[in-house]
Amino acid sequence: MFFSTVFIAMREIRANLMRSILTTLGIIIGVGAVIIVVSLGNGATQQVQNDLSELGNNLLALVPGDQNQGSANRLVQMFTEDDVDAIREQVPSVLMVAPVLTQVVMAVNGNENYGSSVRGTTNDYFAIRNLDVVRGRTFTAGELRSGRPVCVIGETVRRELFGVQDPVGAEIRLSANSEVNCEVIGLLEEKGADTFGNDQDDFMVAPLAMVQRRLAGNRDVTLVFMNAVSDEAREDAIEGVTQLMRERRRVRDDQDSDFFIQDLKEVQAQIAQVTGIMTIFVSAIAGISLLVGGIGVMNIMLVSVTERTREIGIRLAIGAQEMDVLIQFLVEAILLSIMGGIIGVAVGVGVSYLAAGALGFPFLVSQEAVIIAVVFSGIIGIAFGFFPAFRAARLDPIEALRYE
Amino acid sequence: MSVTGNEQRLIEFANVSKFYGEGEAEVRALDGVSFTVDDGEFVAVMGSSGSGKSTSMNILGCLDAPTGGNYFFRGVDVGTLTRNQRALLRRHYLGFVFQGFNLLKRTSALSNVELPMVYRRTSARKRRKTALAALDAVGLSDRVHHSSSELSGGQQQRVAIARAIATEPALLLADEPTGNLDSERSHEIMQLLRRLNEEEGITILLVTHEEDMASYAKRQIVFKDGHITSDTFSGGGSR
Ligand SMILES: Nc1ncnc2c1ncn2[C@@H]1O[C@H](COP(=O)(O)OP(=O)(O)OP(=O)(O)O)[C@@H](O)[C@H]1O
Ligand SMILES: [Mg+2]
Repeated sequence: MFFSTVFIAMREIRANLMRSILTTLGIIIGVGAVIIVVSLGNGATQQVQNDLSELGNNLLALVPGDQNQGSANRLVQMFTEDDVDAIREQVPSVLMVAPVLTQVVMAVNGNENYGSSVRGTTNDYFAIRNLDVVRGRTFTAGELRSGRPVCVIGETVRRELFGVQDPVGAEIRLSANSEVNCEVIGLLEEKGADTFGNDQDDFMVAPLAMVQRRLAGNRDVTLVFMNAVSDEAREDAIEGVTQLMRERRRVRDDQDSDFFIQDLKEVQAQIAQVTGIMTIFVSAIAGISLLVGGIGVMNIMLVSVTERTREIGIRLAIGAQEMDVLIQFLVEAILLSIMGGIIGVAVGVGVSYLAAGALGFPFLVSQEAVIIAVVFSGIIGIAFGFFPAFRAARLDPIEALRYE
Repeated sequence: MSVTGNEQRLIEFANVSKFYGEGEAEVRALDGVSFTVDDGEFVAVMGSSGSGKSTSMNILGCLDAPTGGNYFFRGVDVGTLTRNQRALLRRHYLGFVFQGFNLLKRTSALSNVELPMVYRRTSARKRRKTALAALDAVGLSDRVHHSSSELSGGQQQRVAIARAIATEPALLLADEPTGNLDSERSHEIMQLLRRLNEEEGITILLVTHEEDMASYAKRQIVFKDGHITSDTFSGGGSR
């Protein structure tokens, strides 16, 4: 009985295939939209999380200048190596500290030259930023102290300057305000692009003292990277460093700080929030779409009941009860809706796959989203199919048999 | 559902009338008709066109309700039954051959014949076997998989007969079942019906215009303008 009901319903849907598909367009769009948004939202969140953990755990960045203007303001006071030592010694919730002075340089190897940047820092930088040296080594204590011209290069710099050659041990010339010949002692592990498409392998690392003396010609520290001892200690670390730096930079109590601390966990939370808002917004559109789809199903089922009045009369005349007819039309409405749901899932998964590829996100289809979408379209079938099915079941047999 | 009551009396029409329209346009399709039919009878219903034969068949088939009077089936007043009870009565006790066949169009002859058994919740295997046997009995073994719209009028009529007899109903209501058949086929069908009546004990009410078809029945009721004008027993089966 059940199978023959489903079989009859499928035959009716197939008999009017084009009409059936057009009818379920609303459901297809609604379900498709939900799948796309959930998939891309998951992909983006995953991607951002990957990026952030690549950057380093509990990473904090001490940046000079006003939070809103950033360090673009030329007049801001930079940090010093003494500041870095003070943080290391006086803020217990900070685990490692790495001063950074970034200098834009032109790098030359023989006939190849390539514009990039060099970051003067210490060995802690590698640990804080989760950077692995895959070939060669990091700096020795002597090199750091004396500012010997040695450098560790990123994969992009290696490719541009060396091609197939082995970079370790080679000498490259770096030029900025002045020039220096620099020995390549290590190669960084490749990281690829981040969520926003920035190349994370396009830089070099050198001892801080070397960049200060030989390239920049000053003793500045433009940026300080730190990591907190634990996730919970982040707040403490931010507060401790803020207080210490306000004292050292003689910021009066009634003045705003002339520096700020960036917490990457917060950036992550913000991105999650944006994703959440997007999800709610698109879900609302999808909801409306599903509603329209449901009304479409109801409409076509009403048409179908009218067209098949005689058939219903025959069924009632030879022994069908109201419930038999009700179930028959309800099953048809449910199948129609679920068919729309399944097409919607297929469209959604397809578009998500293409979009994830284009945007460079991981392709993540949420199984729950697929199941919920199909079940939900079935529920729409029941909700909107009930009225037409009820009307069919309530037909008077003799009237229905006389219907032309 | 079980309907019990007078053992012998299968149906009773008590002063049944059916009026259509109102005032000037009122049509008295049945005007106070009374008769009874016992279990195992074979009755031919005759009368000119528009005399009320189909109207009484529809009421007997629990498809239509009378305007006045009562219809008892096995002593139960059908007018007191709910829609669903009437549906069950049709499902388990009645077989109906409609004047206009009323087959499902895009459906095969076999599925059409199986349909009443679907609602009786008969197993698929038994359904098929019974339906094939019924189609064979009406001489349509070679057309079982044709959809009914691919069949000739006479073939459709025989599918409708097969559908009505396949369930071996207590009461078979046949509205001009031979109207579209040549005389040879008509006699074959009548012989089949007489056999069902005699061997299976199926009570048959059969509407016909033709005297020689009516003569297969043991009793003839004649309608005229919504009244019964004659009700005679011919002793049964003149052939
Ligand atoms: N739905 C209806 N509405 C109005 N009048 C009807 C309706 N059905 C039947 N009638 C009228 O009732 C009368 C009896 O009709 P019925 O169908 O019972 O005739 P019949 O004896 O079966 O005739 P036939 O031999 O032509 O089939 C006719 O005058 C007909 O016009
Ligand atoms: Mg008639």
